[in-house]
Amino acid sequence: MSGTYLGMPAFPEAAREAVADTTLRGNLRHATHTIRAKRAKAVTEVSDWAELREAGKRIKDHTLRHLDRYLVQVEETVTAAGGIVHWAADAGEANEIVTRLVKMTGETEVVKVKSMATQEIGLNEALEAEGIHAYETDLAELIVQLGKDRPSHILVPAIHRNRGEIRDIFAREMSEWGRPAPEGLTDTPAELAEAARLHLREKFLRAKVGISGANFMVAETGTLVVVESEGNGRMCLTLPDTLISVVGIEKIVPTWQDLEVFLQTLPRSSTAERMNPYTSTWTGTTDEDGPQNFHLVLLDNGRTDTLADEVGRQALRCIRCSACLNVCPVYERAGGHAYGSVYPGPIGAILSPQLRGTGSEIDASLPYASSLCGACYDVCPVAIDIPEVLVHLRERVVQGGEVTREGNKVVLRPAKGHAAERAAMRAARWAFTHPGALRTGQRAASRSRRFHPRTLPGPGRAWSETRDLPPVPTEPFRDWWQRTRGGKDGDR
Amino acid sequence: MNSRERILGRVRRALADASADEAPIARDYLREHGQRTAAQTVELLAENLADYRAVVHRTDEAGLPALIAGLLEKRGAASVLVPSGLDEGWLAATGVTRVADRAESTPDELDRVDSVVTACAVAVAETGTIVLDGSPDQGRRRITLVPDHHVCVVRVPEQVVSSVPQGLERLDPARPLTWISGPSATSDIELDRVEGVHGPRTLEVILVGGA
Ligand code: SF4
Repeated sequence: MSGTYLGMPAFPEAAREAVADTTLRGNLRHATHTIRAKRAKAVTEVSDWAELREAGKRIKDHTLRHLDRYLVQVEETVTAAGGIVHWAADAGEANEIVTRLVKMTGETEVVKVKSMATQEIGLNEALEAEGIHAYETDLAELIVQLGKDRPSHILVPAIHRNRGEIRDIFAREMSEWGRPAPEGLTDTPAELAEAARLHLREKFLRAKVGISGANFMVAETGTLVVVESEGNGRMCLTLPDTLISVVGIEKIVPTWQDLEVFLQTLPRSSTAERMNPYTSTWTGTTDEDGPQNFHLVLLDNGRTDTLADEVGRQALRCIRCSACLNVCPVYERAGGHAYGSVYPGPIGAILSPQLRGTGSEIDASLPYASSLCGACYDVCPVAIDIPEVLVHLRERVVQGGEVTREGNKVVLRPAKGHAAERAAMRAARWAFTHPGALRTGQRAASRSRRFHPRTLPGPGRAWSETRDLPPVPTEPFRDWWQRTRGGKDGDR
Repeated sequence: MNSRERILGRVRRALADASADEAPIARDYLREHGQRTAAQTVELLAENLADYRAVVHRTDEAGLPALIAGLLEKRGAASVLVPSGLDEGWLAATGVTRVADRAESTPDELDRVDSVVTACAVAVAETGTIVLDGSPDQGRRRITLVPDHHVCVVRVPEQVVSSVPQGLERLDPARPLTWISGPSATSDIELDRVEGVHGPRTLEVILVGGA
């Protein structure tokens, strides 16, 4: 983390912010540590984890290498099974397609299964603008939607909310949207879940249109797969007459057999379970069982641009398990919202700037939201080398170079002078307001000090061109202080 | 140019300089984890089902009707959903009102039924999973979803496989499949696990062995 070298900011400022955030940090710490420990155990149960991980990586790489072929194939197989396939080059087009499909049904309400692709394109807002209400049905998404805020974790999107807050949100907001919360609702998780069950059941039972994403689509058979816990997915996938699935083009696997890899690695990486409670697969439409109209919207929205980047394209292997979030020391302190994108944590730091380009300040700074400790790579079930992509993107931001935007090659100008400094300072400020992350980074810096260059890599390069880098101390100050109590105990 | 052509064109351009020789997909992972007899595999299924909070019962063919009748009675069920191809003998011992699985039933009607009894297509021991494929003895997907109590009958050892790879081999992707591992669950509120938000809150699995 280059921030170490930039001079200390006012620490009281950092402390104030950290204290104000104790709820968030406490929740995140609890969540990430709990899931992390459970995951490690779930993985050790499977003696061939390394082989499964390698197979998953290669299946995805192979798919990406021949993505055109598999896209055409999935179009054929889904169509043959009774589905209708649509292609959406960007968010706007995807939203238009879905809005048109919903309007064709004459409905003004849809039920939704949690889906990052639809969050990415802002589908709910687009539908709302056309007078169509989209109801999130996953418990966490419901909490987020009723609370009018944004998800902060891929797997447990409402982890930034405590049970008391959830009770208040339910009591205050549910009546606005449908069945009100029961009188005298307490904050026990079981009661809150029951309130959600009743509130949402009313919507499921009358819903005529369901919208989902998918975890996988199988080119060979035209089968879509949704992996979930609660059953809201099953409700949305089977009760409505019309089902619309918005799926990123990278979600393809070539064969039915390939699922044997991911159905083993995804649940264990994600919820640390041997298997998630429910997995649904469907192939087009089935007579008298489930929706009679099925639409698949194949979404690009920056994915082909990501594919064009030799180093960065590995991000498209991601199966959204969230394991990398739970091990990330930076995510743990900063929380999901700090990433300013629907994809938080390490994967968000490499995926969002690629999908959206590094034009905005937030996207340009995301590749710096990392200590490069490598824990994310170690847990990733498809072996995405997140640190490698981070460094690559940092270089891109600072040095510029050829990138693909909306299918066209463009040359990105280096973020020179002020811009680079701003990016570096932004990263530094971020680190200094998150002392834990800074500590981790400093330790890593001390341990690796003999490898340190005299100029900074990444955005710091422009900055350090005109300045000498101070050498890194053998030990971070904090560690020295903790070890010696400021020299009182002697420099043992 | 329509979006289909645009996207496919972008993909092809993006891959123009990708190398042609790729690493072959190694499938050197295991087909199953560990060596077990058929009986041990059934035992493992029972253990893993229970670990995920399904209620597991064991009986033989002769004891099945009485067991099902007892479970419905204990539940206080007044009505039970019955898939069209369910073995009639299974419900021979119960007088609970039967509701046929009909395409025209509304979700509201399903919501008023207390329990559902089905068979399954295959069960996976290592993960504690039962899989339904919509065959006549399992019914439409929604009948095992809307009622709050699901009783599922697994024939052992015939319907039990060890692992996910073996399970997929037995299944037909053309059919709509539902893999069920324990009852519906959520950990969304402070990571406290709560059974059932939307699916059945009680899953009872009956392992039927021998003649
Ligand atoms: S990058 Fe890897 S670890 Fe992170 S969510 Fe994606 S698949 Fe999981």
